[in-house]
Amino acid sequence: MTLTRRKALTLGLGGIAFAAIPGLSTAATVEELTAAFTGGAAPGTSGITLTTPEIAENGNTVPVSVDAPGAVAIMLMASGNPEPAVATFTFGPAAGRQFAATRIRLAKTQDVIAMAKMADGSIVQAQATVKVTIGGCGG
Amino acid sequence: MITRREFLQASLAASAIYGASGFGNWSRLAAQQALTQDQLLQFDDFGNLTLIHITDIHAQLKPIWFREPEWNIGVGDAKGQPPHVVGRAFQDMFGIAPGSPDAYALTYEDFAALGQAYGRMGGMDRVATVVKAIRAARPDSILLDGGDTWQGSMTSLLTKGQDCVNVMNALGVEAMTSHWEWTLGTERVNEIVESLPFPFLGANIFDAEWDEPAFEPYRIFDKGGLRIAVIGQAFPYMPIANPRWMFPEYSFGIREERMQAVVDEVRAEGVDLVVCLSHNGFDVDKKMASRVTGIDVILTGHTHDAIPEPVLVGQTILIASGSHGKFVSRVDLDVQGGKMLGFRHKLIPIFSDVITPDAEMAALIDAERAPFKAQLEEKIGTTDSLLYRRGNFQGTWDDLICDAVRSERDVQIALSPGVRWGASLLPGDAITREDIHNVTSMTYGQVYRTEMTGETIKTVLEDVADNIFNPDPYYQQGGDMVRIGGMGFACDVSKPIGNRISDMVLLETGGAIDPAKSYTVGGWASVNEGTEGPQIWDVVEAHIRKLGTVRLEPNPSVTVTGI
Repeated sequence: MTLTRRKALTLGLGGIAFAAIPGLSTAATVEELTAAFTGGAAPGTSGITLTTPEIAENGNTVPVSVDAPGAVAIMLMASGNPEPAVATFTFGPAAGRQFAATRIRLAKTQDVIAMAKMADGSIVQAQATVKVTIGGCGG
Repeated sequence: MITRREFLQASLAASAIYGASGFGNWSRLAAQQALTQDQLLQFDDFGNLTLIHITDIHAQLKPIWFREPEWNIGVGDAKGQPPHVVGRAFQDMFGIAPGSPDAYALTYEDFAALGQAYGRMGGMDRVATVVKAIRAARPDSILLDGGDTWQGSMTSLLTKGQDCVNVMNALGVEAMTSHWEWTLGTERVNEIVESLPFPFLGANIFDAEWDEPAFEPYRIFDKGGLRIAVIGQAFPYMPIANPRWMFPEYSFGIREERMQAVVDEVRAEGVDLVVCLSHNGFDVDKKMASRVTGIDVILTGHTHDAIPEPVLVGQTILIASGSHGKFVSRVDLDVQGGKMLGFRHKLIPIFSDVITPDAEMAALIDAERAPFKAQLEEKIGTTDSLLYRRGNFQGTWDDLICDAVRSERDVQIALSPGVRWGASLLPGDAITREDIHNVTSMTYGQVYRTEMTGETIKTVLEDVADNIFNPDPYYQQGGDMVRIGGMGFACDVSKPIGNRISDMVLLETGGAIDPAKSYTVGGWASVNEGTEGPQIWDVVEAHIRKLGTVRLEPNPSVTVTGI
């Protein structure tokens, strides 16, 4: 299905709380953020879908979405940004779907990383390279 | 290397689909140099449906010369695979005799000499003859245009694409997708789309603000008791490779998951056949075919490849129909019980001296050109050299254009975009204004003059090189390397971004380019809004007028390794 931005906003009102990761946001590294989110658990790779463009049309506003059925929290990181922390979405029991979509700024070509924490504490991870290019010369 | 025989066996072993290509037949006939229209059109009807595909005509309504690439380097899994095979290796792969008409049509070798023997190719009046003949034999057919149709000539620029729209409407196109069309701007595109008697398809064109589908994704055709879904896939990197500000309302992208969803949707509706009319580029389509299930046929476009036989990926066949009106593909399919059981295919070369022009279409094209005839045909100079563009690096047309920019704009270094469109000229040909437009015509042709540091120039070269030589096709934008005048460099295509470009030298002094030093740079086709300067065709015209006769020496300024 196509989850439109309009619908995503509706879902957001219904059950998704946006948290800004207090205490970690001062240029915490990917490793520090990962350790804090996972508690050291080794991540699996199934049960999480990260959707990004292969090449950003505009590095200042890159649409990304994460679908992780059954997750209680999803953390999004931009590994090549001065501050890799992007957002952590938490899902309460009333959430109809564990899905988050937003737009992020990417300073350069880099991997975007999504991690989801499941109800049993297990972690799954997906990542994708998003290229930020100067453009031109396509033909 | 895989021979044609091995190719067919590999195809049959890998799939329940059986197939054949008509290429070998005309190849043998052509080798006897006894080409006739009947031979070019000869085809043993097969199955119960015919697809007719033309793509990337780049507004070329009249026959032209078009030299196929000498450089078409494949990286990663594409290395050594069609279309990344050129010249003699291409001839060997497909059993083509050197010097034959098919060698002339499909490869670069001896181009100037063979061009004299076999004549210009293309012309939409000849294409109309071919399309009418196929339709007469096969009433159950669909004519599909893969896009890059409304841009590339002086008349298309002056009429904002209207001449091409009128011609393609008269040809009876039944659906199209898009790329350079968008460089006419959102308003003009939507104005034309509203007037079209057929759908303008793009499953991957989204509203940029709301991230929702913005154009008709597919059309279901009823032909001969079959229901055929044709899904459109526009050029994915539209806002990156071309000026985003001209169509800010839309977002593109490969959107593989969207393609799968649309395929699933039409399959759920019970169609008999799924066709993707794509402007992804061949390698992107090849990867997409390996990851999206349920597409029977991909009609590829964008990268201007002409491949004499379908390429099979899983259960999907990929058709590559060339560019500039040089070829029309006929694909006969046997579709039974919702499955494609087999195919017969022919890449029909449009030899303009062999195929009789369709009188109605010829009259229409002449009428479209009439208001501009004097401007188009004015002779600006003459060329002693073969002028061509297509190929991964350099090209004599771009050497001439870079010379013009350096001379007319008084800069040390000139940049010219690595687009794949642009007709060739043979030694001895007059250079008319129309010929100059055929390699420069666009809605953002201003020639800028600026200063760049050596470091910035390297960044530009690295960025463009990665758009061609990234081993993952989904990161390839499908153009060729930016052309450069006044500067030499080396490129190791096997390296990652940041490490491909080295040995940058300023040719006028022979000294190394200093990363920290600024150089004067001129170029055209900037994607930035508000670029100022004279139009590139005027700059080139002024330069050629001063020269009178153009002569290009071989250009050794680029060294390529890692192939």
